[in-house]
Amino acid sequence: MSSDTVTKTEPNYFEVSRGLKSWLFTLDHKRIGLMYLFGILGALLLGGAFALLVRIELFTPGETIVGKDWYNKFFTLHGAVMVFLVIIPGIPAALGNMILPIQLGAPDVAFPRLNLASFYLWCAGATLLLVAVALGGIDTGWTFYTPYSLETKTAVIPAVCGAFVLGFSSIFTGLNFLVTIHKFRPQQMGWFQMPLNLWALYATAIMQVLATPVLGITLLLLFLERFMHIGIFDPNMGGDPVLFQHFFWFYSHPAVYIMILPAMGVVSELITTFSRKPLFGYRFVAYSSLSLALLSFLVWGHHMFVSGQSKLANMVFSALTFSVAIPSAIKVFNWTSTLYKGDIRLQTPMLYALSFLVMFTIGGLTGIFLAVLSIDVQLHDTYFVVAHFHYVMMGSTLIAFMGALHYWWPKMSGRMYPEKLGQLVAVGVFIGFNLTFLPQFVMGSRGMPRRYWDYDPEYTIFHQLSTIGAFVLGLSLFTVVCYLMWSFKYGKKAPKNPWGGTTLEWEAPTPPTLYNFPEPPELPEIYNYDDLVEDEVNGGFVRKPSTTPKDAGHGGH
Amino acid sequence: MVGDIKDHHYTYSGDYWLPPAASTGADGPDMLFRAVLGLSAFFFFGVTGAIIYLVVKYRHRPGHKAEPSPAHNDALEITWTVIPTIICVILFVYGWRSYLSNVTIPEPRAENVVYVEAQKWSWNFRYYNGLEDNALHAPVNQPMKLVMTSKDVLHSFFVPVFRVKQDVVPRRYSYAWFYPTKPGIYRIYCTEYCGTDHSQMKTKIVVHETGDYERYLSEAYAKKRQLSGAPLGANVFTKKGCVGCHSIDGTPKIGPTWKGSYGADVSLEGGGTVKVDEAYIRSSILNPQGQLHKGYPPSMPLTPLSDKEIEGVIAYIQSLK
Repeated sequence: MSSDTVTKTEPNYFEVSRGLKSWLFTLDHKRIGLMYLFGILGALLLGGAFALLVRIELFTPGETIVGKDWYNKFFTLHGAVMVFLVIIPGIPAALGNMILPIQLGAPDVAFPRLNLASFYLWCAGATLLLVAVALGGIDTGWTFYTPYSLETKTAVIPAVCGAFVLGFSSIFTGLNFLVTIHKFRPQQMGWFQMPLNLWALYATAIMQVLATPVLGITLLLLFLERFMHIGIFDPNMGGDPVLFQHFFWFYSHPAVYIMILPAMGVVSELITTFSRKPLFGYRFVAYSSLSLALLSFLVWGHHMFVSGQSKLANMVFSALTFSVAIPSAIKVFNWTSTLYKGDIRLQTPMLYALSFLVMFTIGGLTGIFLAVLSIDVQLHDTYFVVAHFHYVMMGSTLIAFMGALHYWWPKMSGRMYPEKLGQLVAVGVFIGFNLTFLPQFVMGSRGMPRRYWDYDPEYTIFHQLSTIGAFVLGLSLFTVVCYLMWSFKYGKKAPKNPWGGTTLEWEAPTPPTLYNFPEPPELPEIYNYDDLVEDEVNGGFVRKPSTTPKDAGHGGH
Repeated sequence: MVGDIKDHHYTYSGDYWLPPAASTGADGPDMLFRAVLGLSAFFFFGVTGAIIYLVVKYRHRPGHKAEPSPAHNDALEITWTVIPTIICVILFVYGWRSYLSNVTIPEPRAENVVYVEAQKWSWNFRYYNGLEDNALHAPVNQPMKLVMTSKDVLHSFFVPVFRVKQDVVPRRYSYAWFYPTKPGIYRIYCTEYCGTDHSQMKTKIVVHETGDYERYLSEAYAKKRQLSGAPLGANVFTKKGCVGCHSIDGTPKIGPTWKGSYGADVSLEGGGTVKVDEAYIRSSILNPQGQLHKGYPPSMPLTPLSDKEIEGVIAYIQSLK
């Protein structure tokens, strides 16, 4: 128990240095992760505000609060902010940064300076998007489809530059994580002793590094086309506007998996910890992360079934799209089976994990409708698609992000959030989310096109339910941000292992010291919950005094 | 004639999930939709049912402990890999087959081929006899083929009751076809985002009883040929898409209103003023970007009009005091 005495003497990562400069120039992955987190929560509020403006405008047919041009800007900004600033960096850059090195027992990521650079690139990209907002916004949709994006007078250039710079931020993070997992993994931790969270971050990092450059190329071409009229996308100069869609989705489809895979990783951790059971079918789950990463590169054409793409291409992309369903289904079955014979604790992170399971199931099953070619012709570009991808990107990824945030909040802040309020709000998020998006499936299959400022009267009831749901959801998420900020200062002090997790971050002091572990940690047996008992006095869990972590007789590393 | 045809704009029956079907192309996708819906319901209630059951049964409570159980089971895991795979293969094959039959265009008779021109934010349909209209007309129980292009950005042609959707791309032809089974008036939407008035870019399709289609087209064409002066201008205004951007009641839209514009002095983009007279109206139609009205975007497309139609538009604008 020598580590406990050391913990008391060594300052944690907040105390080790003070002052603004010590944060702005920090190379500590935890501080960078925390700065990312605050930035992302800020962007989440901004993107959420745009979402609510969209939903208010759609409360009635015709004009409710704003005219068409403002509405078009609102949904564009909502999409761009949420995709590029919140969901893509959300789990990897903020929470992954914080947790990945600690889960490896490492003092930091492999390239701390690159890590800080990635954060400043995120800030630069966010600033450019804000410049686009300040210059009157942008109205192309987050997809920047040509030729509309070539001729609109709105602030396309700053927004495109912003997305371009954010791409590099994402590549830097991915590169860093790949090297860190390869090189900083302790000798005793084989690939199949890795926490599933790390498998997911690894698969994500591969996609970030391989797919994001294509986004950069595409946006650069768009930039050149607007400024120098090189004639690649502009049909009036012999260019091909549909080629842009191929380029765009070649990145943006893998990007969907950049968003969802880390969510699957954290949900794997949450479900095993709060069931007090090892994850059922660990290897299947690990392999399905990798296979999703691979398959995600091969399905971009399913965004273009009615674009004029050839029938043969449509057939191939439809078939490949179905193949994505299989690893996804495997994961759902494995997560559900993990609950069997467990000791399930419904604390806030677990409530989010179970919400994720339900909503990911809906998101996945509605994806089947869209993969069936002849059904997709009817559903493409309607609210059915809007609802489907919100179930995946928000109902799954953002909900998992919320679960992960609550799970690791005590470790990163050293404080507990208010548990009862947390549970209540998690239920609010679940109800609000479903009320927002379930009606959208129905109006979509009945023919309501997306990106419409005005709509025909028979869709009114669905839009109104959706708007009410959006407010329940918005209010709930806002409450989360508020109580987390509150608990940062006033929350109860967190124990070292509040949930009884078996991965290495729970062996580190709370909050961790500058290099995470005062002395090299011994590697616990992953997902073995037998050695942990509840600590009646301080809350949380401690190792049974008789059983020190199994370390197979090694003398540290 | 059109007067007897039931307007299905607001009589949406169908079932809960799908709008009513009015073409043969709806059969395949609708059957598959219901099949996938049933499968989804089965898996959704299966998974959520299992979650609820397991959470209730194994919830943490005093005296309850996790019990050991196998951490994996290859037979079980292979089963739940193989079953979804089989389902996916079947769905793919049926989806592909019904898609193929829906996009394989039979060559219809010449009268049933319509050239479609989409522009921000209106549709223009050109029929075999020379008639141009902003509404689509079609005979019941005959295949109808559309040859579509766009004047400006991407648009998409969508008729929910036909289950037909196809993007319309500038400088390229794309095709759609359908075989209507019920006379009536139905909605056409644009489903590819195209800017300010995307949500207003809708029109109707009129499915005529057998024989009425040809009669309607020839009567409408004859009627239009007789038109001249301001009535012809009013016809051009609605049928050729001017209405997408100009108003006749004084409200400013994307372009300036026509009401009271004749004889007014307008300031031009880049300085100077010009009086709106016959010459200015004519040059604005033939060369839309030539003398731009200050404060309005240069988004007017070139719309080919005959001299008679231009004179009609001039007379119409003059009449809007």
